[in-house]
Amino acid sequence: MKKLINAADTVVADALLGIDAAHPALRVDHEHRIIYRADTARPNKVGLVSGGGSGHEPLHGGFVGFGMLDAACAGEMFTSPTPDQMFEATTTVDRGAGVLHIIKNYTGDVMNFEMAAEMAEADTGILVESVVTHDDVAVQDSLYTAGRRGVGVTVFVEKIAGAAAEQGRDLRSVAALARRVSDSGRSMGVALTSGTVPAVGKPTFDLPDDQMELGVGIHGEPGRERVPLAGAAQIADRLLEPILADLDFTRSGTIVMLNGLGGSPLIELYVMYAEVKKILDRAGVDVARSLVGNYITSLDMAGCSVTLLAADDELITLWDAPVETPGLRWGR
Amino acid sequence: MTADPSVTPSTLTLDNVRGWITSFHTLVTEQKAYLTELDSAIGDADHGTNLSRGMDAVATTLDGAAPAGIGELLKGVGMTLVSTVGGASGPLYGTFFLRFAASAGDAGTLDGEAVGTALTAGLAGVVARGKASVGDKTMVDALTPAVTAWGDAIDNGATLTDAATAARDAARLGSDSTMPLVARKGRASYLGERSAGHLDPGSVSTTLLFTALAQALP
Repeated sequence: MKKLINAADTVVADALLGIDAAHPALRVDHEHRIIYRADTARPNKVGLVSGGGSGHEPLHGGFVGFGMLDAACAGEMFTSPTPDQMFEATTTVDRGAGVLHIIKNYTGDVMNFEMAAEMAEADTGILVESVVTHDDVAVQDSLYTAGRRGVGVTVFVEKIAGAAAEQGRDLRSVAALARRVSDSGRSMGVALTSGTVPAVGKPTFDLPDDQMELGVGIHGEPGRERVPLAGAAQIADRLLEPILADLDFTRSGTIVMLNGLGGSPLIELYVMYAEVKKILDRAGVDVARSLVGNYITSLDMAGCSVTLLAADDELITLWDAPVETPGLRWGR
Repeated sequence: MTADPSVTPSTLTLDNVRGWITSFHTLVTEQKAYLTELDSAIGDADHGTNLSRGMDAVATTLDGAAPAGIGELLKGVGMTLVSTVGGASGPLYGTFFLRFAASAGDAGTLDGEAVGTALTAGLAGVVARGKASVGDKTMVDALTPAVTAWGDAIDNGATLTDAATAARDAARLGSDSTMPLVARKGRASYLGERSAGHLDPGSVSTTLLFTALAQALP
C-alpha cells in the first residue's frame, strides 16, 4: 500500500484538518467530525444534513455551502457516522424550520440516522424529515436484499433540495422534492480495480488485469458480475443498458453525471462520457445538463459510474440555481 | 438442587457482567483481523476494526466507572458502542446492550431467568432495529439460537455456567449455519448468490459475545 497518509488510523481526522485549512467558507467541528457552512444560514431556512462513511470525497463534506448542505457528518472510512454526530449537526443547523436528513441506503447509515432522528425528536422537538436515496440498478430491489444502494443520485438530491431550501420552501416541500429527485435517478458503476482501505492495507478484492467488476458499490464491495475487460464503448453500453431498461428517460430532459470512482484519470472519464452521450443520443434521451468528474468516489478504485436523472423544468431550474461549495460552484 | 454459590454461580453478578465485557473486549481484539477478513469477503472490510474501536472505548469508559447496577453498567456499554462504532454494528450491538440494561434495571445480580429475559429483550431490540429474521445471514442467526438455548437450559434447571456454555455452542452452530446462505440483509445482500460460501461476520462476533459470557461464568 502506498498512500499519502501519516497513519492509517488518523486519515479521517487529518483530512478534516486539511478541509478546514483549505476552505475558509467551511467550519469544521473536529470533535464531532462535522463540516458546517462558516456563514450562518438565515432564520427559517430548512437545514440540510447529510453524512456517511469517509472515502467518498467530495461527497458529503465537499457539498457543504450555499445552495447545498448545511452540515455533513464524516464517519470512519466506509463506515456510517454515529447518531450523536447527526444529532449534534441537526441541533446546530436548525433555524426553526426543521431539518432534512439525506441518507444513502445502506443498512448502517439508515440505522444511525434513524437513531439520531429519534433522539432529536425526543430531546429537542426539532422536526426531522429524511430521504433515503436508492438509485443503484445493479441491486435487485426486492424483499431479499437491503434494497438498492444510494449512490450518484445523492449528489443531485443535495444540490436540488439545497436550492429549494435556499428559496425558503418549507420542510415538507423540500423533503417531497428530495424524494422526487431520488426516485427519478438511476445509477450503475464499474470497477477496473479494487480500492484499498488504509486500515486494511490491501485491496478489498482481487480483480485480475483482464477483468472488470460490473455493478460495483462505492465501498469496495464487489459487484454482481465479473466480466472480461472491454473498450469504453462496450463499458458504456453495459452501464446504460440496465439504467435505460429501468426508467424511461425520454419523457423529459435528463441530467447526466459521469462520475469517477477515485482512481481513474479525468481524460478516461471524458472518453467514457463521449460514449455515454452517443448511446443517449441514439436512445432519444435529451441531455439537458451534464457533469463529468469525481463526485462520489470509492478511495482509489479505478472505474466510473453513470447517473441519469429525469429532470423536468422545475428540477433543471433548481439544478441551475447558484451554488457555492468546494465540490460544485456556479452562478454566484 | 441447591448450588453452592462459591462453586457454581446461581446468579449473574455485577462482577460477572464486568468480566463478560472485559472478555468480549479481549476476544474482539484477538479476532479483529479475522472479523475484518470475513467482512472483506462479503462486506466492506471493517467489522473487526469497528467493533474493536468500540470495545476499546468501552474498556476506557469502564475503567474509571463504578456503576451501581447491571443496568447502569450495560447502558454505558451500549451508549459507548452507539457513539463510537458507526456502521451497522454500532446501532445493533448498542441496542442489544441498551435493551439488556433496561431489562436488568437497578439489579446488582440477576438469576438465570432474569438473564434470559434481558437477553430476549436485547434480541428483540436487534431485530426491531435491523429488521432481520433468522436465515437472512446476519448476527440474528447466532443471537436467536443462543438466547433460546440459554432459556431452555435454565428451564431445565441448568447452572448459569452450563446455560452460558449452551448459549455459546448454539451461537457457534447458528453462525456456522450462515455459511451456505445467500444474504438478504446488510451489505452482503448486494452480492446476491456470491454471498453464499462465506460466514457472516456479525454472527461470528456474536459467537464471541457468548464465548465471553461463558468465560465470565466459569
